[in-house]
Amino acid sequence: MIPAPPVALGALLPALIVFGTGVLVLLLDLVPPRTKDHLGGVALAGIVIALLGSISLWNHETRAFRDMVLLDNYALFFHVVICYAAALAVLLSIDYLRRNGVESGEYYALLLFSTAGMMLLASAGDLLIVFLGIELMSLSLYVLAGLFKMRLASGEASMKYFLLGAFATGFLLYGIALIYGATGSTNFDRIAAAAAARPRDTLVTIGLGLLLVGFGFKISSVPFHMWAPDVYEGAPTSVTALIATGSKAAAFAALIRVLTVALRAAQPDWSVLLWAVAAVTMTAGNVIAIAQSNLKRMLAYSSIAHVGYMLVGLVAGGVPGAGAVLFYLLAYTFTTAGAFGAILLVERSDGEAVEVGDYAGLARRHPVLAATLGLFLLSLVGIPPLAGFVGKFYLFGSAVRAGYLWLTVIGVLNSAIAAYYYLRVIVYMYMREPEGVEVRLVPSFAGGVALAIALVGIVLLGVMPAPFADLAQVAVAPLLR
Amino acid sequence: MEYLPILLTFAFAAGVAGALLGIPLLIAPRRLSPVKLAPFECGKDPIAISEGRFPIKFSTVAILFIIFDIELFFLWLWAMLFRRLGWFGFVEMLVFLAILMLGYLYIWRKGGLEWE
Repeated sequence: MIPAPPVALGALLPALIVFGTGVLVLLLDLVPPRTKDHLGGVALAGIVIALLGSISLWNHETRAFRDMVLLDNYALFFHVVICYAAALAVLLSIDYLRRNGVESGEYYALLLFSTAGMMLLASAGDLLIVFLGIELMSLSLYVLAGLFKMRLASGEASMKYFLLGAFATGFLLYGIALIYGATGSTNFDRIAAAAAARPRDTLVTIGLGLLLVGFGFKISSVPFHMWAPDVYEGAPTSVTALIATGSKAAAFAALIRVLTVALRAAQPDWSVLLWAVAAVTMTAGNVIAIAQSNLKRMLAYSSIAHVGYMLVGLVAGGVPGAGAVLFYLLAYTFTTAGAFGAILLVERSDGEAVEVGDYAGLARRHPVLAATLGLFLLSLVGIPPLAGFVGKFYLFGSAVRAGYLWLTVIGVLNSAIAAYYYLRVIVYMYMREPEGVEVRLVPSFAGGVALAIALVGIVLLGVMPAPFADLAQVAVAPLLR
Repeated sequence: MEYLPILLTFAFAAGVAGALLGIPLLIAPRRLSPVKLAPFECGKDPIAISEGRFPIKFSTVAILFIIFDIELFFLWLWAMLFRRLGWFGFVEMLVFLAILMLGYLYIWRKGGLEWE
């Protein structure tokens, strides 16, 4: 008899709940009733159960499958962020899909599979699980980006995302192979031990570079950001919200764990590299965003700039730096999902209202929505007392304490540049007369709930940040021991 | 030096492929005629360009074939070790097949098996 290996599915429980819900949605799609109204509800219920389960598992660390899957506080923190992102995306989707006539069970199933991939990525303890998680996440997102089959832009988004994503995954795999070749393992802890025994190994350094190319694509840092504006613009807005928040958070989760645990010995190398990447990413993102008149493209470049800010925290390192990145991701998820959600609820008679000009005079006609979108934009600028301000405060504070003064100066200057294009939208909404085609507000209860949750999130994180920042630090502390 | 066999394999593969392309180029008689240069379609005159439309059903069938092919591949390995794997292996295989059958059910209900 071959002895049965231990099967500890508990370590995968939150991801399995989401995955199981995805399968359930696919099956429910096959049986009557033919309306699809309930599928969004089922998907949402699955995500909420996974969210509550993740919260209840806090402080119960589990390792399974020979340390390939780690369900520690770090993973659970990201599970919560990812579940929030997915839940907001589902809430925003329900009426949006019906409006565009593309309701389908496959949409929710793919969204849930993608979410499960993100959660797997957050709890990866092995480079192969990182690869598996990235594939599960990305393959679903490639299809979701092309959901509007009849729109050229959507097909272009899907195609571009798929081709470039597959190419980036190739780099990631090559990096994994080289690191395996140099250290004899794909497990984070064993890589760390082997790399510490042989410092400055050329093979590890090349592997590190290739891994950073792969991750750089997934988090859309310069110079691997080219896909982001086209994909964000062409993909359905609800999917864009998920790509911009959930997939980025998941990729950051794996990146931080790989860098701080597996490749800790190479920290001098990667912190220098990321210093430059952070500076260029912030600057390029913000400067190009100024020139955008399409709101979705503008938010895409703004999200690139925010990746630059988060990399500052990673460069600063230590518990304060990594903790600040986690907190920022939480704040950023609420803010960005909210901003895309607000855009999704505004409509022109001939399609989506995405040009800045469409928002002229919005405050007079729809004061509540204008105020909501304004608050999200102010949080992105980093105005107190909203979440964005506190997030940036923690990030730049950790960088100053770690001695990265110049990087902080670049970051603060960038925040000032960024204020211009965010505030321009607010100026349009409040100080201009309506022009061109009239826009209308789409009535959507679920969308309203999503915006309310995101709004409560950014205000709560902004007014009362300490408990959440503490949780973020508790989550990262074991990684950096 | 431990990678030498791999290098030799590459060299051998390149050599064979090169020879298959190169030798005919050198020694084969070349008497071209319009018929020989025409695109080939089972001996008939070509009736459409090759980039034209073709039914996507073929790819659906191909995907189904691959799914069942790979299923068989795993089933084969499992059957070889069936007794030694015991009940654990049996249950694992049932789980695997159940997931696969869900996919099959989905394709069936979505009309993936209908030709028209």
